[in-house]
Amino acid sequence: MPTSRLPVLLAPLLLIATLALAACGSGKSSSSSSTSGGASLAGQTITLYNGQHEQTTALLVKAFERQTGITVKVRSDDEATLANQILQEGESSPADVFYTENTPALEVLREHGLLEPLAHATLASVPAKYSSPQGSWVGVSARASVLVYNTSQLSPAQLPNSILELAQPKWKGKLGFAPSETDFQPLITSISKLDGPSAAEKWLEGIKANGKVYPDNETAVAQVNNGESAISPINHYYWYRLRDEVGKGGLHSALHYFAAHDPGDLIDVSGAAVLRSSSHQPAAQAFAAFLVSNTGQEVLAHSHSYEYPLRPGVSPAPGLRAFDQLQPVALSLTELGDGSAALELEQKLGLL
Amino acid sequence: MSSLTPTADQNPGSFTRAWSGRRRWPVLSVAGGAIASGLVLLPLAFLLNQAGRSGWGEVSRLLFRHSTAVLLWNTARLAFASTALCALLGVAAAWCVERTNLPARRLWAVALVLPLGIPDFVIGFGWVSIDPSLHGYLAALMIMTLSLYPLVYLPVAAGLARADPALEEVARSLGLGAWQTFRRVTLPQIWPAVLGGCLLVTLGLLAEYGAFEIVQYQTFTVAIFTEFKLGFDAAAACALSLVLVAIGIVVLGGELTLAGRNRGTGTRPREGARRPSSAVALGRLTVPVLAGVFALVGLALGVPIGALVYWLVHGGSTTLPSASILTEAGHTAVFSAAAAALATTLAVPVCALSVRHRNRFTLAIERLAYLPQALPGLVIALGLVSFTIRYALPLYQSTLELIVAYAILFLPLAVVGVRAAMVHASSSVLEDVARSLGRRPVTVWLRVTLPVIRPGLGAAFALVFVSSATELTATLLLRPTGVNTLATQFWTYTSDFSYGAAAPYAAVMVAISAVPAYVLSRRVSALARIGQS
Repeated sequence: MPTSRLPVLLAPLLLIATLALAACGSGKSSSSSSTSGGASLAGQTITLYNGQHEQTTALLVKAFERQTGITVKVRSDDEATLANQILQEGESSPADVFYTENTPALEVLREHGLLEPLAHATLASVPAKYSSPQGSWVGVSARASVLVYNTSQLSPAQLPNSILELAQPKWKGKLGFAPSETDFQPLITSISKLDGPSAAEKWLEGIKANGKVYPDNETAVAQVNNGESAISPINHYYWYRLRDEVGKGGLHSALHYFAAHDPGDLIDVSGAAVLRSSSHQPAAQAFAAFLVSNTGQEVLAHSHSYEYPLRPGVSPAPGLRAFDQLQPVALSLTELGDGSAALELEQKLGLL
Repeated sequence: MSSLTPTADQNPGSFTRAWSGRRRWPVLSVAGGAIASGLVLLPLAFLLNQAGRSGWGEVSRLLFRHSTAVLLWNTARLAFASTALCALLGVAAAWCVERTNLPARRLWAVALVLPLGIPDFVIGFGWVSIDPSLHGYLAALMIMTLSLYPLVYLPVAAGLARADPALEEVARSLGLGAWQTFRRVTLPQIWPAVLGGCLLVTLGLLAEYGAFEIVQYQTFTVAIFTEFKLGFDAAAACALSLVLVAIGIVVLGGELTLAGRNRGTGTRPREGARRPSSAVALGRLTVPVLAGVFALVGLALGVPIGALVYWLVHGGSTTLPSASILTEAGHTAVFSAAAAALATTLAVPVCALSVRHRNRFTLAIERLAYLPQALPGLVIALGLVSFTIRYALPLYQSTLELIVAYAILFLPLAVVGVRAAMVHASSSVLEDVARSLGRRPVTVWLRVTLPVIRPGLGAAFALVFVSSATELTATLLLRPTGVNTLATQFWTYTSDFSYGAAAPYAAVMVAISAVPAYVLSRRVSALARIGQS
């Protein structure tokens, strides 16, 4: 039966052809021009490792390319995976810029000496407290930690004033939380810094007993919205994005802010850095500068991301509480960023 | 065939003897086996290298805490129960489709494979949207069983397709009931396929992570991912992954014992006399059996597809997918097909060696080829990152590297598909006949062996293809920058709540996965027709 045998014989041929094609393709894509010096940067190509929301990044990249003529190749993945990838790549990393949702991923690269300090003008574009003290990365946008609650199950008057109350028995079976999210450890760290490590451990034990564990904030906010949990600590923007997806008719939840300077009132920052190994330093620095420029911050503010732009004078998306009305706890990003103690505590209690 | 496992001290010339037996030195097989082993050793070398950098203090703190025992117990009880259930469902479904007059058999043959082509996230989401309170052990058991049973079904169906039905008919004509015929005649013939499938399920569950997140069931991989994602500590993560390797080795050894117990009970098939099996008439059982198969497909395929439809109808982000979905579908199809061809090609020498030239060395090569199944994809992908960045920089983040990564990740699936077929072929008398007629070994391979193992190759190809089509972790790490597949686009949208926009990508993924499953089911029937003419 020659006809039926043909596919089997073809398979290895097909394989060889594909592999050969693939090898050719890769050769082509690895070459990119790297002219440096005072000349215009237009025509250069840089690679961005992107751990931020892809749609927002795409808008930013488009505006940057239009303005500078620099081409940006974007690689998106989970920020922690990208940080691990860059750690493995070391000096040979193809990445020129790294843009993340949270700062610990940037801090770990700084500790390994993989980041190039940013231009002063870039760092000066946003309040210094939102960037790396060493100037290794710049804060680009911010989110507020809040409480989402189910509006059919609870009225605003019933809601807690402090995140510490979530450990009280009255929230048993009503609480949901995502302990493996990067946003979660800063809450533990914050309580630990303000009230001491043993208070933090007690609090964690309490919410473990009260709550349901969700894999991520997206799930947490969705499960509060559909009534599976009544409350959950999240970052504000998850709720706004859910609102857009489910529409008014599907919305059964709202946001609640803790009292001023409560340990649950945190600002989480998204940041960007230039890799020391980058062979396109000027173009990479230009991209970092663009992210905190007026144009870049306006793009952020009008995107679907609902984050707060950090550059003074740029207002956030309509409907968000004004950034200067947020009254976060008085702890620096560096103090909150080192989550190792929080992580150990979570592991000890079996939450991770 | 003489025993091919003499020990070196008893017999000085044993090594050569072990290779030769009645056949010549299989140069191609040895070369192919060496390449396959080399590829599998890459991530293992990375693992050892990284683990070596981690301080013992940190590793022992992570290993000897209370939660480790809990996590390992969670892993073990899930792996055990889920494997048993997958074996039951996989074998029963395969037997019904291949051996009975079940209505719409061809439809079921395709539908039963498809759950493998649905991303874990869609399956998990489908269930949680039906019942938001679904979580814990039983939920994990149900979801994993429903998504993994095709790993048993597919090799076993292929095994049944090539097993000689004449023997079953003889058994039945001699008065054996359907159950006794199955147990004493059919089961020994498909035993390697059953065990192979179970091996894939067990090892796969050791490394599974994503699906458990959704139902809040924590296994040992949680500890590994915590080190990677929150601790940024690859060294500690790799040290913990060695525990999975160790468990994997124990499981592989155990399977060998089980397989060995049944070795030699296989029958010599008479390929020349192949003809379609006379289907077992279900009679009054038709409706209940049909209902059972329908229920299985409904739960495993209907629930996730229902979730997709729900997203399409109710999602605020639902739009017509952009034209680029065709490009992405093309990438997925081409990458998966190339990976399936590569993995299947590599599996042939691995299995040829271990089945036909069985000695400790060839057996080690085969067992090694199963190990990637027990490792999280992230570990394997980072291993490749680490290797190519140092020694093969031009290949870094190339299509070729991605295809090789898929081939390593899913080599175990290919080995299971091919191995069972090879066991079957090696007991065939046809090769001897062809050789005695003076045919050259290559001719014998092409004209006798290949046609006999073809259903196994098809099953291997389909398993690897479908798994590659939904692969996400390695794809995100290793794809060429700017290249998207259906899985990466799906991930992009779901990580932004745009479920409506994401749904078409998952739907196309399922559709693409249906292609090899369909071709396979056609080919199996075609083979039956060939025997008939």
